[in-house]
Amino acid sequence: MIIAKYRRRRRIDAIAKGLCLAATGFGLGWLVLILAALLWNGVGGVSFAVFTQMTPPPGAAGGLLNAIAGSLILTVLGVLIGAPIGMLAGTYMAEYGRYSKLTFFVRFINDILLSAPSIVVGLFVYELMVTRMGHFSGIAGAVALAIIVIPVVVRTTEDMLLLVPGPLREAASALGMPLASVITKVAYRAARAGLVTGVLLAIARISGETAPLLFTALNNQFYSVNLNEPMSSLPAVIFQFALSPYKEWQQLAWTGALLVTFAVLAMSIAARILSARAVNK
Amino acid sequence: MSFEKPASLNNTSSIAAPTSQANGHTREKISVRSLNFYYGTSRALKEVNLSLREHKVTALIGPSGCGKSTLLRVFNRMYDLYPGQRAEGEVLLDGENILDPSLDLNLLRARVGMVFQKPTPFPMSIYDNIAFGIKLYERLSKSEMDGRVESALRRSALWEEVRDKLTQSGLSLSGGQQQRLCIARTVAIRPEVILFDEPCSALDPISTSKIEELIDELTDDYTIAIVTHSMQQAARVSEYTAFMYLGELVEFDDTSKVFTSPREKRTQDYITGRFG
Repeated sequence: MIIAKYRRRRRIDAIAKGLCLAATGFGLGWLVLILAALLWNGVGGVSFAVFTQMTPPPGAAGGLLNAIAGSLILTVLGVLIGAPIGMLAGTYMAEYGRYSKLTFFVRFINDILLSAPSIVVGLFVYELMVTRMGHFSGIAGAVALAIIVIPVVVRTTEDMLLLVPGPLREAASALGMPLASVITKVAYRAARAGLVTGVLLAIARISGETAPLLFTALNNQFYSVNLNEPMSSLPAVIFQFALSPYKEWQQLAWTGALLVTFAVLAMSIAARILSARAVNK
Repeated sequence: MSFEKPASLNNTSSIAAPTSQANGHTREKISVRSLNFYYGTSRALKEVNLSLREHKVTALIGPSGCGKSTLLRVFNRMYDLYPGQRAEGEVLLDGENILDPSLDLNLLRARVGMVFQKPTPFPMSIYDNIAFGIKLYERLSKSEMDGRVESALRRSALWEEVRDKLTQSGLSLSGGQQQRLCIARTVAIRPEVILFDEPCSALDPISTSKIEELIDELTDDYTIAIVTHSMQQAARVSEYTAFMYLGELVEFDDTSKVFTSPREKRTQDYITGRFG
């Protein structure tokens, strides 16, 4: 009787394990296929010219310099605008307003924003800035990216600060430390790795965003660091070139996709290492 | 404010304040009068009256949930960090009511330090763990600060073990060392009262005995209250013992009396292990 029950459990366990493995394999399979296709098609196009020349007109040879520079500027600016706002809001929610109603509402709205389609963010900034300025611009692109950064950073900041043990905060308060010092000198320090991880994840998230940029920074054939003008970016170039009938453009799109993917991969690995270190402490 | 005689404690309660001459009379450092404490609507302390005598160790014992930690956390208004917790009554520190809402909490906590159940070193170097608290109140030169850090570490019997690794993280120390670091950190800002909330419950017996020795030495300069689940510990370190049960102070007397001839049956049942 007991043996029969035991066998039944073993069977159920084997089936469950099999299903889990199959699901994992299925998911991983596609990821591997995507990465393989990227490498297969993209590596051939990686050359010195990619990093030194502008995007070419149809039929000519060229590189991605303007797109790479544009992507870097837009991403850095987006993070510079979005991360501090997100961190301050997350700090309010986890520390000052932990028990307040406002925090409850902000958290709810932030969750919606977190999963909002990025094209909506693009349209919003289009209405907010592009129509008023009368033209597309790098700064509008950076603002759109910042709006995507904010909810990610708010969420991770709040979560990471909530993970800081209460007794640590109490111990700091017990020394007579003002709340501001408790937060900046103790809680931030304890959560540092997690906070950095949150920002890195936000960077990873926006470096591949295309939709919000099409409505804001648009694109630029030429190298431009003027934030008041349309600005090129890797995702926008990939979008445009991949859909084109020209071989050279398609090749550059693959190469650009490879660059973006590996930049994000590097960022994710860095985030992993940092958070692993945080846990080990 | 002038200081009243301990006899005033007997006014509102049947519980007498310890009056033994054997321990030597010292004045009341903290006097608790008709203290009630609420977590929201539930009442966790009921009409508690007791006093902490200067340069003495007072142990708070009782089963889990009896309110002893709650009482301890009133002494430095730790409960103020959380909404919905409030205290009613009077808690006098040198005659001044610390429950006064206008009281500066940071100054109160500079006078009444606290050591917690789990060691809580800050995520910074051993040196900074101690210097950090001092910097809140004093501006010292590097050499003065070095001296203060060293004396705090010596005071907490940690100096010999960490003198060569002051720049290492406080988290790299063992549990017992971390707890002594926390004591050093508390001592460094020169409080008048130190509260211990089950300081040894996460430590091994050797670390425990080190902490107990330390508590004994600290009475030269500080008034001490300690919450403990270990009755042996209460008997070893304290001059006075308060037994609490279900939010009430059942018995408060010289430690030797509480453990050898308790007046209350509930106290006797608890210390003989019949419940709790």
